[in-house]
Formats: sequence, structure tokens, C-alpha cells
Amino acid sequence: MTPGSDSGTAVSLQVSGLAYAYPDGTQALFGVDLTITRGERVALLGPNGAGKTTLVMHLNGILTAGHGTVEVAGLPVRADTLREIRRRVGLVFQDPDDQLFMPTVREDVAFGPANLGVRGADLERRVTHALDRVGMLEAANRPPHHLSFGQRRRVAVATVLAMEPEILVLDEPSSNLDPASRRELAQILKNLDVTVLMVTHDLPYALELCERSLILSQGVIAADGATRSLLADDELLAAHRLELPYGFAPSAHPR
Amino acid sequence: MSAGHHHALYLPGDTPVHRLPPQCKLIAAMGFAVAVVATPREAWGAFGLDVLLLAVVAAVGRIPPALVLRRMVVEVPFVLFAVAIPFIGLGERIEVLGVSLSLPGLWAAWNILAKATLGVVASILLAATTEPRMMLLGAERLRLPALLVQIAMFMLRYMSVILDQARRMRIARESRGFVARDIRQAPVLARSAGALFIRSYERGERVHLAMLSRGYTGQMPVIDDLPASWRQWSAAAVLPALALMTAVVARSLA
Amino acid sequence: MHVPDGFFNVPVSAGAGVVAAAGVAVCLRRARQELDDRTAPMAGLVAAFIFAVQMLNFPVAAGTSGHLLGGALAAILVGPATAVLCVAVVLLVQGFFFADGGLTALGVNITLMAIVTSLVGWAVFRLVSRSAPRSRTAVIVGSFLAALVSVPTSALVFTALFWLGGTAPIELSSVAAAMGGVHVLIGLGEALITALTVSSVLAVRPDLVYGARGLAAPLVLRTADGEVAVEKPATEPATPPAPKRGPRPILLGGGLVALLLAGVVSFYASSAPDGLNKVAADKGFNAYERPHDLENGPLAGYGVSGVEDERLSGGLAGIAGVGITVLVGGAIFFTVRRRRQDKAVA
Ligand SMILES: Nc1ncnc2c1ncn2[C@@H]1O[C@H](COP(=O)(O)OP(=O)(O)OP(=O)(O)O)[C@@H](O)[C@H]1O
Ligand SMILES: [Mg+2]
Repeated sequence: MTPGSDSGTAVSLQVSGLAYAYPDGTQALFGVDLTITRGERVALLGPNGAGKTTLVMHLNGILTAGHGTVEVAGLPVRADTLREIRRRVGLVFQDPDDQLFMPTVREDVAFGPANLGVRGADLERRVTHALDRVGMLEAANRPPHHLSFGQRRRVAVATVLAMEPEILVLDEPSSNLDPASRRELAQILKNLDVTVLMVTHDLPYALELCERSLILSQGVIAADGATRSLLADDELLAAHRLELPYGFAPSAHPR
Repeated sequence: MSAGHHHALYLPGDTPVHRLPPQCKLIAAMGFAVAVVATPREAWGAFGLDVLLLAVVAAVGRIPPALVLRRMVVEVPFVLFAVAIPFIGLGERIEVLGVSLSLPGLWAAWNILAKATLGVVASILLAATTEPRMMLLGAERLRLPALLVQIAMFMLRYMSVILDQARRMRIARESRGFVARDIRQAPVLARSAGALFIRSYERGERVHLAMLSRGYTGQMPVIDDLPASWRQWSAAAVLPALALMTAVVARSLA
Repeated sequence: MHVPDGFFNVPVSAGAGVVAAAGVAVCLRRARQELDDRTAPMAGLVAAFIFAVQMLNFPVAAGTSGHLLGGALAAILVGPATAVLCVAVVLLVQGFFFADGGLTALGVNITLMAIVTSLVGWAVFRLVSRSAPRSRTAVIVGSFLAALVSVPTSALVFTALFWLGGTAPIELSSVAAAMGGVHVLIGLGEALITALTVSSVLAVRPDLVYGARGLAAPLVLRTADGEVAVEKPATEPATPPAPKRGPRPILLGGGLVALLLAGVVSFYASSAPDGLNKVAADKGFNAYERPHDLENGPLAGYGVSGVEDERLSGGLAGIAGVGITVLVGGAIFFTVRRRRQDKAVA
């Protein structure tokens, strides 16, 4: 069923039986199982409050499983593996203001690699390269809060790219972007040579970028399959409060 | 938007004052304030000299006097207080325009006004010629506890975000006809404050998570280092040194 | 309340500087123990919150308004050590970036507004919550009293410093009266807002209120197979053991407040109302205007409320405020004690 999972491809991400409740008692995940192989681009769809952000936070050990396990390329997420896990999994947050906390863009992009021990010219090169890839090099010395939302989103992607992760996880990368920024971001993501898991409400975006999609609903994986066929299933979409934009027909969009 | 709430404190420029390393400027401003406070209040001339020193710094840093004057409004509460002292002060009384004033009170008022004003202007000049980020780097170089500097860094970064949220809440309140007239409206204000706290706290948690996800282990990596040369230190020392000399001379004359 | 340069003499400024530095150093260590690597972002965000909340003007009495100091509020919400750090950083930023509060007076300002308010607030809060049964009401009442006491105490410490090394020749009693009187009023406003704010946070996220740790329900996890696992909350549960001290601390606290108020009232009565109002106009109802003007520039928010029409009303309001405080405080102590006794009987 899963494209790319044919013979012998390495597993990039393996989640099994994952359950989690927040400290205030709200349970967000009720036993999530999923497997993603290396090089795949997968969309994670689901209504508001489905637990997508919560799931994503488990992938690099920010939240630790109340129950169940998460493995990244065979390495279990545990206290003693966190450093390596966080090098491998790059997480772009939903709100770029959460992600950009340093006084300037350059320092922010440097934060990750510097934590990995990169220094000096090497660090400079990584920062420049990452900012260049998202087209934000000229903003390097500006404070993040002076940038437009779309610019902040792109810098947020750069902060993660600078860590050269194996898996890139993005939480709603296209939200609040104007169509041009949305397209530019898609272009950046398409050109990356990494496994991508992308949380989104933007179904056409999922179709454009990801062959495979997962639907998370009420804390469990409700569907897993080719994006095109999931989006063609009106009943499935309706059952999970997902809607295509008016007049959008998945079959009419060849990849 | 709140863009540049604190940014507006800084006046970008490329003058010798702007170029001085921040740690030198911090020490200079602090030293100047100490020298001023140590100056005996009877030494009118000394305060005149101090004003002149600040004027020179402002001129070299190309800080327009209007800007300094505008920012001096922070002083107003204490100006009012100082004005009150001669009326309520103790000791010998003198008649001025038919009003009985305390002579020591007048001296005290002058003392506070002069020193507070000089101090305020010095820190206005510091803020106007030093980017907030530079100020933090300077504080770090001066061996202020790193944690304290980091707290200030996060505060400055998110101040505008949170003030913006507060402003939106206020607009939401007022667009529904709310006016804070007396204490009965306190519950509404408090609910806003409570909501603001939850949002701030949760953002703090998310920021922490974002830091963790990029490999944070409790230590901020040193990305920038700002060495200050011996010459820069001595250039910065001119202001406090002259002020201190003035104070010492004034003391010995008094 | 931000003390400028030249208000205190050099020895007092330096001494307060040492106290402030030592206090902040201790709190740095304690906050790190409590929050470990979360300290910097959490305290930074809470500091930004305190900064914003200090701009909330609340009307105190006819024509006058005060703003929150926030020390007690911060102590109850995030714990005393973190609170001291947050308020101290707010003051440092105000001093160095906004020229608000003298650079040589930083020690005085941090001592008065960060250390004294947070620690006194926390002490009172603990006193109340230790002696009353653990409940939301106890937390809210504790918050009210904590803020109520913290503000005038800070004013009294100011007076003590003034006695040690103030540069103005004003009779100590008038300073004490003016500072105390006005700050009892401000304390009342602060107490109300603090209690209401804490209660509104308690209603939504009780787990975030440091002073209410242990009130949150234990965590229950349901998995897909319907099995029920009970886990410990991620945030550590409360440490304080149940108190077994009876109403004595309450009476003690009540006595403390009453004494404070009595002192303040007598000072208030003995001083000339004229000077007092002026001091009041300055010292109490100071600095920040409402956030309205904030958009126009960083300092547009720093304004002063009118003086003239406050001259008389301030004095009257002060007296009224003291009366109200005594009544309210008495009523609260009485009810808390009653509840306590009822419990003991049951
Ligand atoms: N910090 C938190 N504390 C308590 N509950 C939370 C917290 N964050 C999320 N939740 C709850 O957990 C559930 C899942 O939230 P989550 O943010 O993972 O949803 P989501 O799928 O990302 O939604 P959206 O599409 O709106 O971003 C929701 O019921 C939410 O209210
Ligand atoms: Mg989400």
C-alpha cells in the first residue's frame, strides 16, 4: 500500500501504540501506529484538535510517550538518545514566533548547529547555506520580529535545514502564507533530499507535495494511503472533517 | 503593529559612539552615573560640566536633542516629587514670591533633579547608541550571570509579541463597550491578565520545546564574541573619568 | 516607584546593590533547581508578561490610578525565586533600555520591587495556605493577602532606606505616612487584581499556578485497547506536607497586617495632608499610562496622571482605603478562621 516501501527500503520512522495526555489531563493521542520509509514525503492530515501537533512533538522526543514507542531509523527515542534523535529529526513549528527566539535571524539559524558543536567558519557556512536555500540571506542580521509572517516561516525552515536533518517534520507549513510564498515553499521542500512528514490542512498542498497521506482523527490513525485516492474518497474526508477547496478535483491534477 | 517597541529606543548610526563595544559603553554609563551621584550638590559648576560631557557624547553620536528631551518624560514623576520637597521639607524657611519654602528642601530638590536628570540622559544616550542585542552581548562580556542575560534576551524578544496580545485583548474589550472606570471593572482586567499569563507561559513552554528540538541542553552556545581593545576601553573611559575628576575636584573645593 | 539617581546617598545605593546582587544570585540557583533548562525561556516570557501587566492601570479611587507591581502575583504563579528573577530583569531592562529608574538606584529598585514584594508576598501566601485547608479558596484568599501585604511592606522598606540615607529633608513620619498610606491603597488594588488573576488562571490551567501545586487531579491515560493507566503528572506534584498548626499562623498573619495598617493609619493621621498628596501623586500613582499610547513609541506609554484634582481626593481616598482594608482583611481572617474551626469540629 505504501509507495516506496518496496523491498529492503530502510525504515525512517516507526511509531507504535503511542498514547499521550497533557499535564492538564487532556488526552490527545490514543494509540498511534505508523511507519515511514526513507525518502518518502508523507502528509499528515486531520481536523483541528486531532492530535497532529502532539504526535509531531513525539518524533524528536520533545514530548515523551505516555505509552508506546517511537523509533527514528532504528534508534528508539529515549532520554539517552535524545541528542542524536534531535540531530536526525528537524521540526518546524506551527508558529514561527515560537521557533525564532534569538535576537537575530543569523543567531537563530546558528543556534541548532552550534548546539551540535559546529563552530567558526563551518558554522558560518551552514548558516549562509540554509538561509540561501530559503531565499532569506539578506535578512541575516535582522531581528525575527521585524520580518513578515511568510519570511519568518521561511527562516524557521532554515533554522532546521541548518542542522542537516535526515527527517524534516513540518507543522502546517503553508498556513498563513500568500499563494506566492506557498509555492516558493513547496519548491524548497521538493528540492530537499530528505524524508518529509508534513502536517497540513491544505489538501491540494498535500496532493502536490506528498504521494502518501495519513489521516489522524481523534488521536488515532484513521486512514493511510496514496494521497490521490484518499482525497477522492468523499465519505472518508467528510467523516474526518476534511474538505477540499471549492471546485477542486484531485483527479484533475496530474503530478 | 508593535514593530519596534524597543527597537525605537535605538537610533541606528555609524558614529564612534555607536561603534564602541557595548561592554565599554555599559561601564561608562554606569561609571558616569556613580560619579554624578558622588558629586556634592553645592557644586553647580560640576553639574554644568557633566551636562557638557553628555552634550559632547550626544553630538558625537549624532543623537538629536529633541529625541533626548522627548524620552526624558520618564523623569516626570520624580520631577513632581522634587518640586514638592521644598514645600514639605524641614529646616530653615525662606520666602520666595510670598511662599514659604524650606531651604534644605530646595537643596534636596535640586540635588535629586540634577542627578536624576543626568542619570536619565546618560542611559537614554546608552540605549540610543546601542542595539538591544549588543547591550545583551555587552552584559554577557561583563560576566553578568548568563542566565540573567538570557532571561533578558527572551524578555526583549517576546515583549512586543506579548504587548501585542495585550493590545488585541484591550481592543477586543473596548470594542465591546468596556471602559475601565473604577474598581468594579477589575475582574475583567484580571481575566485579561490571567489569559495573558497563560499565553505567555505556554509560549514559554513552546519556545523551550523549540530550543530542545534544536539540541539545547541548558547552555546557550556562544555564537558571537565581542572583544574590546585596550584603545576602545580607554575611549569609553573618558566620560566617566572626566565626570569622576569633576566630582573629586568639587568635593575637595567644597 | 522607580527610584532615580540621586534620591539615596551612595552608601545606601551601594548597600542595596549588594543585597540585590546577593538576592538575585540565590534566586538564580533556586530557579535553576526548579525549572532546570527551562529557566531562561520561561522566566523570560514571564518577565515579558510582568512588563505587560505593569501597564494595566487600575483605578484606585476618585481620579487616581495605580499599576500592578506584580511581585506577589509572579511569586504565586511561578514561585518566589523565578518571580524575583523576572521582576529584577524587568527592572534592569527598564533601567538600561527605558531610562526608567536610575542606574545607581538599580540595587534599591530591585531590592524593593523584586525581592521584597516577591518574598513577602510568598511568605504571606504560604502562611495562609499552610494554615487553611488546601483548596482553591485558600489559594485565592492567600493571593489576595499576599499582594495586599507585599505592597505596603515594600513601601515601609523604602521608608527605612530613606531613614538610612535619603537625600531629602523630610520628616520620616510624613514619608512613612505618604508611602504607607498610598501603598495600602495600591496594595488593595494589587490584591484584588492578583487574586482575580490567580483565580482566572486556576479556572483554566490550575497546573500552571505554582502556589496551587497539588490541587491538580492525577493523570489518567486511556489507550486504544481501552486499558486505563494512571500516570504521574509531568510537572512535579506539590511538596508541602499538610500543615498541622491550627489557626495560629492565621492569627499571626492577621496581627501582622493589622499592625502594619495601624502604623500606617497613625502616621497618616499625624502628617500634614498637603505634602502627603504631593508625595502620593508622585510615588503611588506613577509612571505608566495605559497601553493606548504604546503604539506611538516606546516611551509614549510613560505619562503621569494629573495632580491637581488628586490633591484632596488622594488624602480622603487614603483614609477610606485604610478603613476598607481593615474591614476586608478582618472579614477574610474571620471567615477563614471560622472555616478552619468548623473543620476542626467536624
Ligand atoms: N499544552 C496543552 N495542554 C493541554 N492540552 C493540549 C495542549 N496542547 C494541545 N492540547 C489538546 O490536545 C488535543 C490535540 O491538540 P493538537 O494541538 O495536537 O491538535 P492538532 O491536530 O495539531 O490541531 P490543529 O489542527 O488545530 O493544530 C486538543 O484537544 C488540544 O486541546
Ligand atoms: Mg497543530
